[in-house]
Amino acid sequence: MSELIQKTAAELSEALAAGETTSVELTQAHIDRISAVDGDVHAFLHVDTEGALAQAAASDARRADGELLHALDGVPIAVKDVLTTTGLPTTCGSKMLEGWIPPYDATVVTKIKNAGLPILGKTNMDEFAMGSSTEHSAYGPTRNPWKLDRIPGGSGGGSAAAVAAFEAPLALGTDTGGSIRQPGAVTGTVGVKPTYGSVSRYGLVALANSLDQVGPVTRTVLDSALLHELIGGHDPLDSTSTTTPVTGLVDAARQGATGDLKGVKVGVIKELAGEGWAPDVMAKFDESVDLLTKLGAEVVEVSTPSFEHAMAAYYLILPAECSSNLAKFDAMRYGLRVTPDGKTPSAEAVMKASRDAGFGDEVKRRIILGTYALSSGYYDAYYGQAQKIRTLIIEDFKKAFEQVDVLVSPTSPSTAFPLGAKLDDPLAMYMQDLATIPANLAGTPGISVPAGVSDDDGLPVGVQLLAPVLEDARLYRVGAALEAAVGSVLSIDKLEVAR
Amino acid sequence: MTAATDAADLVDFDEVLERYDPAFGLEVHVELNTNTKMFCGCPATFGGEPNTQVCPTCLGLPGAMPVVNAKAVESAIRIGLALNGSIAEWCRFARKNYFYPDMPKNFQTSQYDEPIVYDGYLDVEVEGETFRVDIERAHMEEDTGKTTHIGGATGRIHGADYSLVDYNRAGIPLIEIVTRPITGAGAKAPLVARAYVAALREILLGLGVSDVRMDQGSMRCDVNLSLSPKGSDDLGTRTETKNVNSLRSVERAMRFEMSRHAGILDAGEAIFQETRHFHEDTGTTSAGRPKSDADDYRYFPEPDLVPVAPSREWVEELRGTLPEPPAVKRARLQAAWGYSDLEMRDVWAAGAMVLIEETVAAGASAQAARKWWMAELSRSANDRGVELAELGVTPAQVAEVQKLVDAKTLTDKLARQVFEGLVAGEGTVAEIIDARGLAVVSDDGELGAAVDDAIAAQPAVADKIRGGNQAAAGALIGAVMKATGGKADAKRVRELILEKLA
Repeated sequence: MSELIQKTAAELSEALAAGETTSVELTQAHIDRISAVDGDVHAFLHVDTEGALAQAAASDARRADGELLHALDGVPIAVKDVLTTTGLPTTCGSKMLEGWIPPYDATVVTKIKNAGLPILGKTNMDEFAMGSSTEHSAYGPTRNPWKLDRIPGGSGGGSAAAVAAFEAPLALGTDTGGSIRQPGAVTGTVGVKPTYGSVSRYGLVALANSLDQVGPVTRTVLDSALLHELIGGHDPLDSTSTTTPVTGLVDAARQGATGDLKGVKVGVIKELAGEGWAPDVMAKFDESVDLLTKLGAEVVEVSTPSFEHAMAAYYLILPAECSSNLAKFDAMRYGLRVTPDGKTPSAEAVMKASRDAGFGDEVKRRIILGTYALSSGYYDAYYGQAQKIRTLIIEDFKKAFEQVDVLVSPTSPSTAFPLGAKLDDPLAMYMQDLATIPANLAGTPGISVPAGVSDDDGLPVGVQLLAPVLEDARLYRVGAALEAAVGSVLSIDKLEVAR
Repeated sequence: MTAATDAADLVDFDEVLERYDPAFGLEVHVELNTNTKMFCGCPATFGGEPNTQVCPTCLGLPGAMPVVNAKAVESAIRIGLALNGSIAEWCRFARKNYFYPDMPKNFQTSQYDEPIVYDGYLDVEVEGETFRVDIERAHMEEDTGKTTHIGGATGRIHGADYSLVDYNRAGIPLIEIVTRPITGAGAKAPLVARAYVAALREILLGLGVSDVRMDQGSMRCDVNLSLSPKGSDDLGTRTETKNVNSLRSVERAMRFEMSRHAGILDAGEAIFQETRHFHEDTGTTSAGRPKSDADDYRYFPEPDLVPVAPSREWVEELRGTLPEPPAVKRARLQAAWGYSDLEMRDVWAAGAMVLIEETVAAGASAQAARKWWMAELSRSANDRGVELAELGVTPAQVAEVQKLVDAKTLTDKLARQVFEGLVAGEGTVAEIIDARGLAVVSDDGELGAAVDDAIAAQPAVADKIRGGNQAAAGALIGAVMKATGGKADAKRVRELILEKLA
């Protein structure tokens, strides 16, 4: 059993093709693993044992019939609970949507279903994807499988922890300011934020529409490439979706794995290294840069001066969009409804009581911030200014990519911090996404690759690679090369949860 | 404050104009008749069982996303061009954030500072005088759902026991056409307002982009009105009378608000800026909700939609699809038909222009077409309380009847009976003539006998005619017509009489 769950998705795909295992067998193995460890990890909000096994059986039947199968057909996957799924609850980690079963599938869910990947269940997350630690989930935090008193990152902590704890070989996450990459970094997994618009957002319950992106969470760069190619591509239901085909990623990952980076120019972002970064993180980052040089890459320092304002711009644009998105949760049509005591209450009273009970503190904080930032008289000073900064950041990226092929920085300023450590300090929590946010503001793709473990606490450190819009393949080439050079970071025997 | 202003005396309309100048502006919402909704593929047809024409997008379910209906953009551009407007090279949708139970997302996807159409105008004619109405903008947006409030006395949400919401209409494409303030119309202001809406309606009908049924809400008009002291350049405080749903009501709402405003201003009080409801039965308005210029909709660009950037080629292509402007067409047809100004105005007011055009195209003369539609058939439509076009008589039938008259198979009198039969649904022209026995008696033999009888019956008249008094023939003609039941060709009867008495 434990042998099966330790295989990568690519290996499972080969094992299935070779007839060495069946989808039912390996899906069952992952369900068994979930049963064994998820009581400690709490990566899942809903586990769909019956559905996953039925999908696995259907996959096995297709294989037996000799049908043409997708490479990942039969390989199980976990899905962040912010993506709509028919027949499975979608709560976004909020009491507001407790028990809501959407009548439609997100486009990415349709794609993985059509490709035959059994869906193990829905993973935990910060409420409506607001947070960097998964402690803002209304259903309790997820714990880092490396060390159970540590956070797994957020908002996609559930997806990252599920993959890190070997509960699932693949997971889908969403990244608005780093919610795939930062959890990837602190759990020793690979997380990718694709180019904005290259993966459909239809069925992704929006946090901030202009920043959100669905992406893969896996244990290897190659697995991310396989999943990324599967979920990418144009969707007529999402008008912001790009028409450029998403191809060449798997090839780029395989090419990168050969370890040759000659001719590749890598830029170290001056503003995202040094002050404010934990020394053990910087040590691992410097080692990674050395490895890139050894692989033949030319490494130079580049400056992106506007990045220092990225955080401020992000925390105006994001709340503005989410304050509008969350207005639909008014207890009238679906989700939680709290009726205050007393005689027939007004619609407003029901809405007020429901939102009071259904939304957590972080959600309320951002609704208030966003409402303020958009209100007349403040719009130009806040939202308008933030959009200008956004333009400057895009310009910074353009200039940087005139000099180099990819940019590198640490993914997160520290390793996984203890649960509760930053819960009362929103700003400290926000700082976790310092390095990841610029890519969301500019729509560029990014990947976090494990860079080793900290000499201080033995917890994983991630390196972030960034590429120009639609040049996602570069990330896979450089990421796979780095991954091969760093060597294995995550293994089941290193986890506290395995004991 | 609202109560006090409502209680103010109304000022006689003529007196209003002695002391005040009216300024008004109109916001007209038009539902487009696209097959599908503005941002999803749901059918946009009217009616249907509640909540059967809905999907995740128009229900605003979490995760659902909008996609712009290209046909609606096309209609918006054609409307903009027909209103002499400029078409934006690049524009965006925005979110208008506010709470209302009939709005699934609690924001409306609309356009704000970047409308697709700007700077247009429409010339309208009132009593021979032309007024230019400047159009500030026309923008695209989605309609909301429909709420029905159950219980409570007023049918409004306050006091209701519960409310039912139907989202079939939610997401239907709307165009909102907004004028600049219209000043200088004086006493004619209510007529100009009415004429503008009528002219707009005619243009939209000609474009085929909307049903423009004001009674069904596919065209709705908000009337903004303010008064300022005579001679002052400053605009007064305005009120906005919402959802006025007939041309007549536009005029009445304007008149009432002018009288009401004047009463308040005469009393030295201030106008309260608010929305008003118009009451069809009494012709009055009542207070709605306060509306300040600072209503905060927290607009921002809709991040789920890419900007709309119609190419100049496409815009020019669409310009080529515009029908002849109604005013130009009217002038052209009037000249072609030789109608007087008054005749043409009557024809237009009766909604007979297109019917006459088609009747002429089917072969009748313009004079004959006007005679039948404006006299005979208009009366019939009035009697039945229906529109001329709904009477059940087609232009082709009118032309067919006129041909029979020209061929002397029918007299005018007989033709009227044919129309009676057509309106009553008795069949085709031929079937009615046959069934009612209406064909003219033109057989000389049969007529000759009747003429002989008439001469024999009135020898004195016959002598007068023999003596050269041809005018006396009328009496004999009348007798022959009576004898043939009106089916004789009077001209031929006269000829026969004169021949026989020569």
